Order: sequence, then C-alpha cells, then structure tokens
Amino acid sequence: MKIYFTILALSLGILSCGGSENQTSTTDAEVKTEVENPENPSYDPKRGSGKFTKVDIDPAIDLVMVKKGKSNFDLKCGSCHRLSSERLVGPGWKGVTSRRAPEWIMNFITNTDEMINKDPQVQAQLEICLVRMPNQNLSDADARSLYEFMRQNDAKK
Amino acid sequence: MKSSINSILLFLILGAWSLQSCKPKNVGNLISADAATKTYVAPGKYDEFYNLVSGGFSGQMSVYGLPSGRLFRVIPVFSVDPEKGYGYSEETKPMLNTSHGFIPWDDLHHTELSQTNGEVDGRWIFGNANNTPRVARIDLSSFKTAEIIELPNSAGNHSSPFITENTEYVVAGTRFSVPPDNKNGDVPINTYKENFKGYISFISVKKETGEMDLAFQIECPGVNFDLSHAGKGKSHGWFFFSCYNTEQANTLLEVNASQRDKDFIMAVNWKKAEEYIKAGKAKRMPAKYAHNKYNEKTHTATSEMKSEVLVLDAKALKEICYFIPCPKSPHGCDVDPTGEFIVGSGKLAALIPVFSFDKMIKAIAQKQFDGDYEGIPVIKYEAALYGEVKKPGLGPLHTEFDGKGNAFTTFFVSSEVVKWNIKDLKVVDRVPTYYSVGHLCIPGGDSKKPNAKYLIAYNKITKDRYLPTGPELAQSAQLYDISGEKMQMILDFPTIGEPHYAQAISADLLKNKQIKFYKIEENTNKYVTKGEAEARVVREGNVVHVYMTSIRSHFAPDNIEGIKLGDEVYIHVTNLEQDWDVPHGFAIKGARNAELLIMPGETQTMKWVPERVGIFPMYCTDFCSALHQEMQGYIRVSPKNSRVPISFSLGTNMPLAKK
Repeated sequence: MKIYFTILALSLGILSCGGSENQTSTTDAEVKTEVENPENPSYDPKRGSGKFTKVDIDPAIDLVMVKKGKSNFDLKCGSCHRLSSERLVGPGWKGVTSRRAPEWIMNFITNTDEMINKDPQVQAQLEICLVRMPNQNLSDADARSLYEFMRQNDAKK
Repeated sequence: MKSSINSILLFLILGAWSLQSCKPKNVGNLISADAATKTYVAPGKYDEFYNLVSGGFSGQMSVYGLPSGRLFRVIPVFSVDPEKGYGYSEETKPMLNTSHGFIPWDDLHHTELSQTNGEVDGRWIFGNANNTPRVARIDLSSFKTAEIIELPNSAGNHSSPFITENTEYVVAGTRFSVPPDNKNGDVPINTYKENFKGYISFISVKKETGEMDLAFQIECPGVNFDLSHAGKGKSHGWFFFSCYNTEQANTLLEVNASQRDKDFIMAVNWKKAEEYIKAGKAKRMPAKYAHNKYNEKTHTATSEMKSEVLVLDAKALKEICYFIPCPKSPHGCDVDPTGEFIVGSGKLAALIPVFSFDKMIKAIAQKQFDGDYEGIPVIKYEAALYGEVKKPGLGPLHTEFDGKGNAFTTFFVSSEVVKWNIKDLKVVDRVPTYYSVGHLCIPGGDSKKPNAKYLIAYNKITKDRYLPTGPELAQSAQLYDISGEKMQMILDFPTIGEPHYAQAISADLLKNKQIKFYKIEENTNKYVTKGEAEARVVREGNVVHVYMTSIRSHFAPDNIEGIKLGDEVYIHVTNLEQDWDVPHGFAIKGARNAELLIMPGETQTMKWVPERVGIFPMYCTDFCSALHQEMQGYIRVSPKNSRVPISFSLGTNMPLAKK
C-alpha cells in the first residue's frame, strides 16, 4: 500500500510538471495530445510558426533556385503533391503562392509537426487528407528554392 | 476439551502464520519497501543506463534500460532476423558470410564496449560468435552491426571480444584447440597432444572508423582458452587468459579435464609480440576467413575473403607468454580497475586466487619458474599470488569491480553474488540469486572507472521466478542496488536467448548521438530510386529490377505487370521519408523470403523468384499513417512464354472504358 502510494505521488509529481520535452511528434497517434489546446493566441496564421519571420522576394524569378527546387521536389515532394491543383496525397501546388505567404510556406516545410499541430487551416486539411505531411528535413536554403519553384509553377499559364 | 481445541486453533494459526512468513522469505526478506521506487521509470521518462546484453544462443545482442529492465531493441548480429530483414535482404546477406559460406545462426556470449584511456566511450560494442569464430562490431549511433570478422585456426571463440584500454585490440582465444587450418586436419582425434594447437587472435581496431583487421595470432599449446581480460594502467600491454583442460583431454572432459589440481592463467605480453612482428619474426600463414563490412552510405554489406594471417610461435619466441598456475579449471579472468590485481575464478575451487601484477613481473625478472608447460615458462604459484579469498562460496565464475576497492564475484553452485574487499580479501556481503548465476555486470565494471550504482546478475536457471511457459522458461536477469554497503535486490527482468556477459553504459553517452534517419541525398546504393519520377521496372534477360519508392502511404510503382515464371525479381525499395521513426516494411505474398524493413532514406532489396502464375499482393508491414492499410499494390505473374510486356504505374492503371 505504502509503495503504491509513493508511486502514485511520484507519478503525480511528474505529471504535474508536465514535462513532454522528449516528444517529437511524428505519428498520427501523438496528434491528439497536443491538439487538445486549440487556443493559440500567439500563433500567427499568416506567418505560421518557425524560424522564417520575413522573407524578401525579388520580383524576378531566380532560375538557379528553381532548378534546385525542382530536384528537391522530385526527390522529396513529388510522391504526394502534383503541380496541378489536383489533390494526390496532399493538395496540388497550383496557386499555393497566392494562397499562402512565403514565410508560412517555408515554416510549414521546415517546421512541419508544430505547424500541423497549431495551424487551424492545416488541421482542416488533415481531416481531408488524413496523412500528416512528413517532415522531409529540408534545409533553409532548400525551403527557399522550393518556394521559388512554386512561384515558377504558379507563373505558368 | 475446550483447551485442546484452543490449542489446535492456536497451532493452526501459528502454522498459517509461519507458512506465510515462509513464503516471502525469497522475496520479503530481500526486497525492501523502496525497491519499487528505485526501479520505477514513469511513462515517458528515460532510463539511466543502457544495458547491452549478450543474447546467448539467439546469436543477437539485446538492449535494456536500467533500472527499469525494459527491452528496447534486439540487435541482429550473428543470426538472421526476419523481422528486420537482416540476413534476408540482398544488402545484409554478406554480413553472415564466412569461409564456410552463409551461416544463419551463432551463439553470442560476451559484449564489450570500446574504451579510451580505460573508460567506456560509447563508440562501439563488440560481440563474439562462439560457434563459428567471429567478432562483430556494433555501431552505437545506429545500434546496427557494422562489421564482422572471422577467425581462422580457431574453434569456439569463447575468450572474446575483450579489449585493451584504448581499444587497440580486440582479442579472441580459441576454446577448442584444433589442428591449424593450413595443416592436414584429417588426423585421429586422440592425437590431440601432437596435432592440436590453441590460437589467440589479436584484432586491431582503427581509431577513427573502428574498422577491424586480424593483426596477428599467437600459436599456443593445445588447451581450452576460456575467458580473458586486458591489463590496464600499469599492466597495459598485457592480456590475461584463463585456460582449462591442460590435461589435453579429447573426450569426457567433464572428468578428464578436471584431473589437475591447477590449470593456468596465461599472461600475454602483447607489446613484446608487436616487437617481434616489427623484427620480422612473425610468419605469414595461409588462412581463409571472411571480413564483412556494412556501408552506411550504400546501405550495403560487402564480404571479402582474406587469405593469410601473421602468426607468432609462443614456444619459439620467448617472453610473450607465461603460465600462472590457477586452481581448478579457471573460468573468469578479471583485472581490477588499478590493473594490479588479476582475479582467477576456478569454477571447481572453493577459494578465489588473486594475483599481483607487480609480483608477476618480479617473478619473471627473477625467473621464479616451475619448469615449463609445452615450452612456455610456468611461474611459481606463490610468486605471483597476492592472496586467496578463503571460502567465499561454491563455484566462483566472474568478477566485476566497483572502483571503491571491492570486487563482486558470482557463484554458480551456491547461487549468490559475494562482495569482497580486494586489499584484505575479506567477504563484505553476500546476496542470493535465483538461480545459478553466471555472469554479472556493473556499468564500467571491467574498466578503470566503474559507475557502480547497480549490479546485474545473469542467471542460468529461473525455475519458479516467472509464470511458467511450458518446458522452456524465461531467461532472466536480476538487478541489485550496490550504492550502499549492503547489496539490495530490486528487480527481476526476463531476457532473450540465454544471457552471458553484458555491459552497461550511462544513457548520457549514447542518447544524444543517435542517427535519426539516413540522408536520401547521401544514399549511394547501386539501386537507389531518388524520387518517384525515377521509379521503374527494368528487364535484363530473366532478371527484373524493380526500382521502387515508399512514402506515407504508397509505393511507386504499385501496379506491375510483365513478370514471368522463371524470372528472378529484385525489388529495390527506397524509403523516401526523411524523418525519425518512419520505417516502411515490404512483403509479397508467397515470397520465400523475409520482409524488408527500410529505414528512412535507406534502400533495401528483396529477391523474389515467383513460382506460380497469378496476382501477387504486396503491402507495407510497418504501420506508417492513417492510410497505412491503403499502402499496398499488385504484381502480375504470367507464364514463361507469355507476351505480357513489362509495365508499371501508380494511380493510372484504370479500368478500360466500356464501349
């Protein structure tokens, strides 16, 4: 009895500390625990959440970046996204640069799990697609060149 | 009358009470109330130590957390593991190649962590194959077998894989002496004394990469080499091996190898051996042994067959080897953290001899020898002896140290762990084990710096400790808190295989350096598919290569037609995921093979030889997303003379529109 009480007290103590520092949520099963907190007053739905706060976009499309972006698309994105507006596993990319700010897109690409957990529009999308977008571990430069590739895709008629 | 009833009642009550007090004797008297809090690791919390435990006749190595005793992983090493595709995928098959060909099983007895300056450093852990002699290196950032090297001239690689204090060498002493590989082995078995030799192998380990190489072997008299440990500190440069069967019996060893009052600890001056090699005294001998390496960029193992080995003759080349008499078939051979004391555990003895390194060196200098054994000088017992632990228990086997002047020895016959003081050789404490303990482990307990919070006993018999499961019962370990003066049993936990030696390491040394996934950009597997656009099926005669990708949650391609009976199909699956904990599995109905389990960024290949015409479903076996159950596809197999062309697709192979 005494032992059980001690364990209970111990686990309560740990729980009340609320330490979930070991969690990197990647699987669907883990979503629920973190989504239960719907109010994110600090969350900016235009910018998203992540390291990109302000991305300067030159009016002219950088073709070197487009090329790099295309190769990343082929390797890491094209399995699930079409360049048209047709949904495959995830939504088609056509028009994405007019729907979303560059900061939002680049944050989503690089900080995927947190954005899936926090962004109301991504959560709505998840209810349709049901597959959490994988974090494909793209570098900041990769994310930027993918954005450039998206711009070029949207520029095409 | 009444009083007699009363007295009967009293008797019954007393009886019941004594029964109750009897039963927990095993448990209640030993387990204190705080045992649960000491071993309880709350959900989501981490253990303090990794415990890397030999899997015995499973051939694998298992990873537990301490103090919880929770099993985290079984690392496939010397046995195939269909769950992980190890030994089944084309990439991993070469790991189990030997000079005898592919071998699917072995018996892993001992684990040894790499060390720097005599302290565990968390780079690698080594394991021995006892049956077909080999040593494996496991990388502790991937928990995968990185390399396996075979040992020629050996049989029953038991005194292995113990290491020197900077991991300069991993040693391997043969348990069975046998005729050397380059001699005619077709000799009568009872010519042991003339024809059988005992080889000790020194495997060098490259400092940066860990790559192993059989540096040299020492040919010794034919005996059974049992266990070993390197000197450290002042005795660095020496290695100590226990030997039994100095009777050189070749049959009924149970009786015939237990005749002599004393067998030996063999002291090997490996620095001297290095000098002889430099002086050109070693002979290049023909030998055939496999050296298998797993490349983390190609995700592919290669097996190279080597053809010679450097051999030193211990009889002809003086001052490499010395025998120290040690009572009654010594088993454990353990060196204390200072490097001064060598503990030999005669498994049939009722005492523990403790040898002094300083005295041994002096005895050698003063030639205090008792003649020789097969040309190797035998040091006088008393000249090397520091002292004996008298009547410590029955059947001493192995000793580890706490770095505070105490040694802990297991006793197989009397089922206990005994703590004794190295200096005064007095017994300090003893605790029972359930039952017949073999090895024990203290984190860093065979290094210069033990981290002596826990002691784990690995038992040979468990009898009544767990719910019974038919004739074969759980294998078991027991955890003791040794932070105080008295040892305290705090946990039982079952293990895989039969546990022999194990090592433990602070979690802080490993947990932050784990590989989470393989970068797809760095994947140089010959059959990698970098993106779905490259997914394809290629026919080369009757060999078909399928370049397939996997991502949550589909394969590309997932419809394949044009495979014919008589084809050899190689399905190369590249997992395009780039995140932790997202392996995909791959299986095909009827394939006489195991599944593939492909880590993120890896490519693995399944060989499939279809044997029937029909439609063969394939699917992902590792639950990957909410649409995991949709991660499936079909392969059509047609008759040998069919004209169905090769075709492959994903999402486009729709029913033909009706006219």
